[in-house]
Amino acid sequence: MPTYNLKVNGESHTVDVAEDTPILWVLRDHLNLVGTKFGCGIGQCGACTIHLDGDATRGCLLQVSQVGDQSITTIEGLSEDGSHPVQQAWKEIDVPQCGYCQAGQMMTASSFLSKNPSPTNEEIRQAMHGNICRCASYNRIEKAVATAADKLS
Amino acid sequence: MENTSSLSFSRRSFLKTSTLAGGGMLIGFNLFNSCSPEAKVPVDLADLNYNDFNAFIKIADNGAVTIFSPNPEIGQGVKTAMPMIIAEELDVAWENVLVAQGVLDTKNYTRQVAGGSQSIRQGWDALRQTGATARQMLVNAAAAKWGVDPSECTTEEGVIKNANGETLGYGEVVKEAALLEVPENVTLKEPGDFKIIGGDITNVDIDKIVTGKPLYGMDFKREGMVYASVLRPPAFGNKLVDFDDSAVKAIPGIIDVVRFDNKIAVLAGSTWEAMRGKKALKAKWEEETKAESTEDHDRILTGLLDGNKFETMRADGNVKKAFREADQVLERTYESPFLPHNCMEPMNFFAHVTTNKIELIGPIQTPAGTANRVARKLGRNIEEVTLEMTRMGGGFGRRLYGDFVLEAAEISHLAKKPVKVVYSREDDMSAGIYRPAIKYRISAAIKDGEITGYHLKEAAINSNMYGLIPNFFPAGAISNYQVDVAKYDSNITIGAWRAPYTNFLAFSEQSFFDELADVLKKDRVQLRLDLLQNVKGTTDDRIQYSPERMEGVIKLAAEKSGWGKQSDGVYQGFSAYYCHNTHVSEVADVVIERGRPVVKKITCAVDCGIVINKLGAINQIQGGAIDGVGHAMFSNFSFKDGVPSANNFQNYRLIRMMETPKVEVHFIENELSPTGLGEPALPPAGAAVANAIFAATGQRVVKQPFIENMDLKTVKKEVIG
Ligand code: FES
Ligand code: FES
Repeated sequence: MPTYNLKVNGESHTVDVAEDTPILWVLRDHLNLVGTKFGCGIGQCGACTIHLDGDATRGCLLQVSQVGDQSITTIEGLSEDGSHPVQQAWKEIDVPQCGYCQAGQMMTASSFLSKNPSPTNEEIRQAMHGNICRCASYNRIEKAVATAADKLS
Repeated sequence: MENTSSLSFSRRSFLKTSTLAGGGMLIGFNLFNSCSPEAKVPVDLADLNYNDFNAFIKIADNGAVTIFSPNPEIGQGVKTAMPMIIAEELDVAWENVLVAQGVLDTKNYTRQVAGGSQSIRQGWDALRQTGATARQMLVNAAAAKWGVDPSECTTEEGVIKNANGETLGYGEVVKEAALLEVPENVTLKEPGDFKIIGGDITNVDIDKIVTGKPLYGMDFKREGMVYASVLRPPAFGNKLVDFDDSAVKAIPGIIDVVRFDNKIAVLAGSTWEAMRGKKALKAKWEEETKAESTEDHDRILTGLLDGNKFETMRADGNVKKAFREADQVLERTYESPFLPHNCMEPMNFFAHVTTNKIELIGPIQTPAGTANRVARKLGRNIEEVTLEMTRMGGGFGRRLYGDFVLEAAEISHLAKKPVKVVYSREDDMSAGIYRPAIKYRISAAIKDGEITGYHLKEAAINSNMYGLIPNFFPAGAISNYQVDVAKYDSNITIGAWRAPYTNFLAFSEQSFFDELADVLKKDRVQLRLDLLQNVKGTTDDRIQYSPERMEGVIKLAAEKSGWGKQSDGVYQGFSAYYCHNTHVSEVADVVIERGRPVVKKITCAVDCGIVINKLGAINQIQGGAIDGVGHAMFSNFSFKDGVPSANNFQNYRLIRMMETPKVEVHFIENELSPTGLGEPALPPAGAAVANAIFAATGQRVVKQPFIENMDLKTVKKEVIG
């Protein structure tokens, strides 16, 4: 199997996996970074959202061979100690119910806010529309994104 | 425990303390034995060992408190709320409490179930007694040290104080306390003195969740573990004839292919390899039982409603006579599809079966029952089985069924390896245990402007409404009242789905009352209040709901939603329902945007007694209400020749952010014992929305999902509210 050099959360890793392996499974099964979640595998739910050079990207659709030297950030790398404003806001608002979707929600939110630091509520709702929360903690997700925006500005 | 008999409620019988080897005190208690006055406990208390307890408090020498929460956490918040109750009566500062999921195996733990919104309701007394007893023992130890009477001592946040102003921390007396008799009579706090209960406590796992630490079954790993992807029958009723795995075995990374039951498992070193391997399997299936389709079910269920093969669940007065003598009869049929649970975390489980041990780890709502099933299936002794629960990425009823645990155990047994079974979303949606398709037909007899008869008929796939539901509203409110049920046996697997039966029954009934109000020319809220008057002071102890508490939530929802005073372009729908021991009333605000109904807001009024954790409770109510709106509006699931119509989110619609209403939550404030919140906010939501849609468009939607069963062409108005 081919080997790939990956830059994940500022560290280099070499993995030996089939070229069509989605980065989601490389992270989870090979690099032990299980914060990135599997929800659908077809780009519909957003549970697997990571940043690829800062852009929110679906980890289940991105094959390891497509990454090249772009750098990957996962929830573990957003900040290790939970100090990123988005993580802070998530704690403050107590967003999670089961919590399973929340890593993906936070990765979508943090990438969105880095591009639009003072969004309107409508923009927040549009930006978060691609992430499913089966527990429907949507009201709090919306509020937490707004709270994180306040912290960032 | 062989030597058992019935004893009355006794603190001693469910509590035991001991000193810990490493210092400190351990208090074991049995949450479930203590729930009912008829609980079975051993006669000889000395016989008790820690295997009889299912929850523990540990107080260390330094005063640190660890509370092991016994019940499965599926996102309903009990891992936070149950320890809060103990900490309150123990009188410690919440910041100094560490909460851990009980170390779980079937030998030490029984009856740990997350289901029916019952954890808090059934745990309330026991949790309080436990905390208060531990506190009293610490006080007794301190009093003995000081040579004063315990009644002269007070506690505050883990510190004991006497009349002379001397203080001792819990940690300083814990060694002595552990050796004392368990006191028989302890005083519980007055609700007015609660400091933790009723507060806003953040989810105890929040730090791990926001930093992506391993928490869920999906995240569990063990050295040497292999991943299994399972090929199951493509259609209900199919049987495996033969399979060809030559293409699978040619793929690098594949470890084994195992046939078991009616399925084939592909084992690999990683999830992706296992999933890819499964796709390369070629299997031959044949029809063992007839493949069924939703079209047939529709015909069959309607036939049942038209027929006379019913079982009567409750009959008051003389319904036949009431209808014969009626001036007017209103009759409607309501229809709902099957629904998959779609927990965000797909089904998965770890099993390691060896010659002397069966180790099971993962997300399950019914650990004890499942461990037993595994033992039976493999012909092993239950003593050999251990089971640990992980945090669950949703339950909604799906994880009550341990089918995936049995699969993992069987594969591990056959492959002789530690195995984790992982479902893809497609597996999860198409090997489901679905909310059954149901039809309700409701008729009301009207005479002289009054409802004189009410007849509810249920036709369902495989299973009917259970025990107490026929005694919910409007039982007792209408003198001639009858509930009849019929079912059709299908080969499609069905089961509990968040608020079983009531999740759709509430929609039917509360839509029907909305229409009845029009027929009777009464205000919708007033009609419900009038009916509740008839139940007040009832001597019928089968009646489950409280007319006073129902009236309370109805009035609060009407007040907070501005019922009858909405602004132009906003249309409201009303609904109220009792289930899972909690009363909830909801008002939906709907506007028409681009020719479609859009739910803008849901106002909820809730009576769940004392609210343990406001922060968690609001999250549950908001989630339940939005879940109810989402499934009623958008979600559809059917079968064609035994094959599900949807298998992933590209063809199964769940509510998303932009369709989500704001949910405002108001609690009735009282000091009654707390009841659960995981389910009761869901059932009323559908009717609140349907009734608002009627107000906005004049269309009565009687079939879910609304968006597919409305005539959208005639919705002309575009009014932005
Ligand atoms: S798992 Fe990638 S979008 Fe759902
Ligand atoms: S919190 Fe459970 S899926 Fe979002």
